[in-house]
Amino acid sequence: MKGYIGIDVGSVSTNIIFIDDGGAVTDAIYLRTQGQPIAMVQKGLKELSGKLPAGSKIRGVGTTGSGRNLAGIIVGADAVKNEITAHAVATSQVVPGVQTILEIGGQDSKIIILRHGVVTDFAMNTVCAAGTGSFLDQQAARLNIAIDQFGEIALQSESSVRIAGRCAVFAESDMIHKQQMGCGLPDILAGLCQALVRNYLNNVGKGKEILAPVVFQGGVAANVGMIRAFEQALGLPVKVPPYYNVMGAVGAALLAREAVAKRGYSFFKGFGISNMKYKTGSFECSGCSNLCEVVQITEDGEIIARWGDRCGKWSNAVREDKIS
Amino acid sequence: MRVTFPHMGNLFIPVKAMLQYLGVDVVVPPPSSKRTLTIGAKYGPEFACLPLKLNLGNFIEASEKGADTIIMAGGCGPCRFGYYAQIEHAILKELGYDMKLIGLEPPQKHLTELLAKIKALSGTSSWWHIFQAIRFGYRKAKAVDEVEMAAFRSRPRELTPGSTEKAYAKSLEMLDRADSEIALAEAKRNADELMSAVAVDSKKAVVKVGLIGEIYTLLDPFSNQYLERTLGRLGTEVDRSIYLSEWVNDHIFMGLVKGLRSRKKACEAARPYLRHFVGGHGQESVGNAVNFARAGYDGIIQVFPFTCMPEIVAESILPEMRSDYGTPVMTMIMDEHTGEAGTLTRLEAFVDLLARKKEVKEVSCK
Repeated sequence: MKGYIGIDVGSVSTNIIFIDDGGAVTDAIYLRTQGQPIAMVQKGLKELSGKLPAGSKIRGVGTTGSGRNLAGIIVGADAVKNEITAHAVATSQVVPGVQTILEIGGQDSKIIILRHGVVTDFAMNTVCAAGTGSFLDQQAARLNIAIDQFGEIALQSESSVRIAGRCAVFAESDMIHKQQMGCGLPDILAGLCQALVRNYLNNVGKGKEILAPVVFQGGVAANVGMIRAFEQALGLPVKVPPYYNVMGAVGAALLAREAVAKRGYSFFKGFGISNMKYKTGSFECSGCSNLCEVVQITEDGEIIARWGDRCGKWSNAVREDKIS
Repeated sequence: MRVTFPHMGNLFIPVKAMLQYLGVDVVVPPPSSKRTLTIGAKYGPEFACLPLKLNLGNFIEASEKGADTIIMAGGCGPCRFGYYAQIEHAILKELGYDMKLIGLEPPQKHLTELLAKIKALSGTSSWWHIFQAIRFGYRKAKAVDEVEMAAFRSRPRELTPGSTEKAYAKSLEMLDRADSEIALAEAKRNADELMSAVAVDSKKAVVKVGLIGEIYTLLDPFSNQYLERTLGRLGTEVDRSIYLSEWVNDHIFMGLVKGLRSRKKACEAARPYLRHFVGGHGQESVGNAVNFARAGYDGIIQVFPFTCMPEIVAESILPEMRSDYGTPVMTMIMDEHTGEAGTLTRLEAFVDLLARKKEVKEVSCK
């Protein structure tokens, strides 16, 4: 099989997918990042190489997510792109004509508005993480229910309870108060879903023109309670695509396909990187009072990248070494 | 008396020039850095905006270098900046820094008071000498602005990454060192030469972004996470709604120098959306967004410190302007965060959006 790899290194999960030449997803691997992006990328690639039939050829690889630069250096990426562009590219391919993308991940949430296949507007949560996957995770743990049952239970609600949605702290104390008053669990969970949707639409979705088709993706789209709350609030059907939780990675693979088609060859270093020794370290530069935290990555003892310096003194040094 | 003042981008170059022309002993605070921010955030009120914290850090770091007098602008209007000079002075006093405050109220309302304060600072200087000093400061501001604009043009087109940055830093240094009108003219010639020597790909297609917003975060690269530099690196040519010399012309010379963009024009452009003063530069932000959209800019970025009231008013009006002109607008809010990944993600996505939109437009035109 011939195709492209897409890697999305997010705060909570690291997703690796493989698409064939036609752009169809054949394999998807979903791992928890657990604060070790490099180890997870290595582990994921190893797993993928085991799944692919013998003689498969990797034509290119793309990375996205907050760890995209790090992952890009490790694997030798052909495309390193931000999450917004990656999500938009993937969704346009899977749901042609999509006009609104609602995306809620572990630590961030975003809205992307497309018209005629082109992104015309977007927003990301700025100062607040209320209503993202991490908060739902935490509440599920507090109520002692598995996160994958959350939505099913919420759907059983007959009259939802009103929960404050503006701030995760307010939401939590409101939930506890209602719970102590004797409200039922399904009603509380349904109320929480509605609160999160309200907060999302007022905060991230503020001033945006939400038109159908609406696609909901990201890890939180697994929650059927959230899907229903969105449909109620918007008065529009909300679609959840297959592979909704790895759409960023799909987009990265599609972007890699585009980049390789333009360039003619790939930078991919091969599956051998799963066995290489990577070390990251950081030091504080004392060149000026900015005291930049410089991060450096070594591959089997050789420095392959540095970043974090504002003046470019350290990152440029690596680049120049490589050119000469 | 050793005089200091807060940083705001390149402001220190003309202000230092003017004060030294008058024979004032000047202590320029060290460039704003993480240390400045840490000091400011430690002693400033938590709910104050980023400029107050950086001002405070600048004053404390300048005092470590021997400054004993602060010059700080004031204001009167809905923006709380108007009382920052007094608040900062009170905080410093409480911390045991014995510094004298010279508060400069906005010259539109208190021109004679401003001139009297400058005269007092300069000791025995004649009015003619003071006029010359202000003119020298203004000319420096103008030279700095022109070098900056040259950097805006060459950054997205440079052939060697970082070459614009090097030439720009060197040019500013030369302008800063010039201590007379003659030396300044010479330095300006050399700086122009240096900036035009940066090798560029003049045919490269770049997207154009207009920057609007609150003056401090707009003019100060440390506070806006080097927005202009990052955008340049992403292949974007930027222009700003406010330049130092324009501000001086509007607010100190009362618009006497003709041919520059003015506050009045921005407010006229804002008229269909916002007809009155809302504090700070809120009204100008709306007007300048309209002007950038009319001038065919691909996109507009608004920048302001977290909790900035005048700009929040402007932000809520911008979507209407946007639906009239179709120019995408993105808002960036600055605060204490120094992690640049989030900023970079948003800028990258915004530039992608603009480039793609432009591509589609050009294809459909053909």
